[in-house]
Amino acid sequence: MAKKKEEQVVYVDSKGKRLDGRKTDELRPIKITAGVIPRADGSAYLEWGQNKVFAAVYGPRECLPKHTASPYKSVIKFEYRMATFSVPDRKNPKPGRREVEISKVCGEALEKAIFVEKFPNTAIDITVEIIDSNAGSRIAALTAASVALADAGIPMRDMVCGTSVGKAGGKIIVDLDKNEEDAPDAVDIPVAMLPNSKEIVLLQLDGILSRKEWDEAYKLAEAAAAKVYEIQKEALKAKYAISKEDEVAPVKGVEG
Amino acid sequence: MISELWDLRVDKVVADLKEGKRIDGRKVDELRKISITRGISENADGSARVRLGETDVIAGVKMVPGEPYPDSPGEGSISVGAELLPMADPEFEVGPPREEAIELSRVVDRGIRESKAIDFSDLSIVEGESAWIGFVDLYVLNNDGNLFDACGMAAMAALLETKMPKLDGGRIVKGEYAGKLKVKAKPVLNTFAKIGSVIVADPILSEEKAMSSRFSVALMDDDTISAFQKGLPGSFKVEEINSAIDIAARNSKQIRKLL
Repeated sequence: MAKKKEEQVVYVDSKGKRLDGRKTDELRPIKITAGVIPRADGSAYLEWGQNKVFAAVYGPRECLPKHTASPYKSVIKFEYRMATFSVPDRKNPKPGRREVEISKVCGEALEKAIFVEKFPNTAIDITVEIIDSNAGSRIAALTAASVALADAGIPMRDMVCGTSVGKAGGKIIVDLDKNEEDAPDAVDIPVAMLPNSKEIVLLQLDGILSRKEWDEAYKLAEAAAAKVYEIQKEALKAKYAISKEDEVAPVKGVEG
Repeated sequence: MISELWDLRVDKVVADLKEGKRIDGRKVDELRKISITRGISENADGSARVRLGETDVIAGVKMVPGEPYPDSPGEGSISVGAELLPMADPEFEVGPPREEAIELSRVVDRGIRESKAIDFSDLSIVEGESAWIGFVDLYVLNNDGNLFDACGMAAMAALLETKMPKLDGGRIVKGEYAGKLKVKAKPVLNTFAKIGSVIVADPILSEEKAMSSRFSVALMDDDTISAFQKGLPGSFKVEEINSAIDIAARNSKQIRKLL
């Protein structure tokens, strides 16, 4: 990766503006459309800055292979995958260790929100495909998957929403992009929570951060996640607004 | 949908065709509505999304410097891959591509390769040492039948807008480009399903579930043929093949205008 060689990169200027013009607590633009994959039980398309993500849900359905089923709950199977062309260098189509780990933590985060105990011996399959990326794709995946689950009508305690927070150039900022993630002192903290109870369901950290900086970062994350939650709700409402007004309206997709 | 419901749908497809009707009201030679969106991934060197009715696929191209084959030291190549994403169909599973996806990618590859739409000698960098490989990767998002044609269109649409990465001492300069990939023809893939004795163009999924055999033909801008593929256990008479090629010639023109 082409890391910034020059040391004098100013990540947050004297007016509090970042490299791309955002304020320290400002998210990149987020757009979510629910119900984009007609064959799936539920689906969503999300754009979060340059990140572009499709998520789809099937289930609850028969859990295969059978030995992976549980008599107590539905098994959440989450697959996070990146398209070969979604990153600067072509990615090997075979899923790597990174994708396996992200799939595990995202699935576990969503399980908390779903009434899995209502559907013993079944599986809920959630698949996410990243078709373009620029830092923060796991939270983008989780945010889209949560909308797809709600779109599938799966009973949930709450949505799952989140953002990444972190540090670049000594400043605590929300939703790091690739330039900021490549800062020499960069800290990246993906956070996801249930917005109503503020229960944290995903938390990771890469980098070095003081206790005080963490307090500051978490406050920003909680506020930003609440904004993401509102966008998720709007996406779900918009889907049903369309179907009521105009039965023949085509499902909205990516194109303008 | 559960399999019992598919059985009922298949019965309806067959019954309707006996009365000369298609389940979605189209004529036997009629295509579904096509929409093409370009530039769907900034990290790709070229990309496109194609919707053929409710079938939805995306293609992305990455140009990567590689080693030329020893038997063609002055040529690059293309490599087409297809993933039937589990999100696209309840029957698609996670894992490496199986025979269905492999056949799909090879048919799309042949249609483009054999048409000489891309002159592989244009892709040479240093003879015998390095040449461009154009990786065209296809992802199916929603399967409502005829993935062949949707993927064929998506691959061509993505190649037609592919930019050539800039090279500096044999290495790619990130984010900089040196012109576009030269594409000299627009081959179009046309797939037909045989259901009973009726042959329909651009089959939807329920028609594919009812078909006994499948036939695809790739045609060039001047109606020259660049690929054939017959699939499934059923058979075709040569008259049936010829009439399908005639229909393909008409439909290809319609599709080519959109590319």
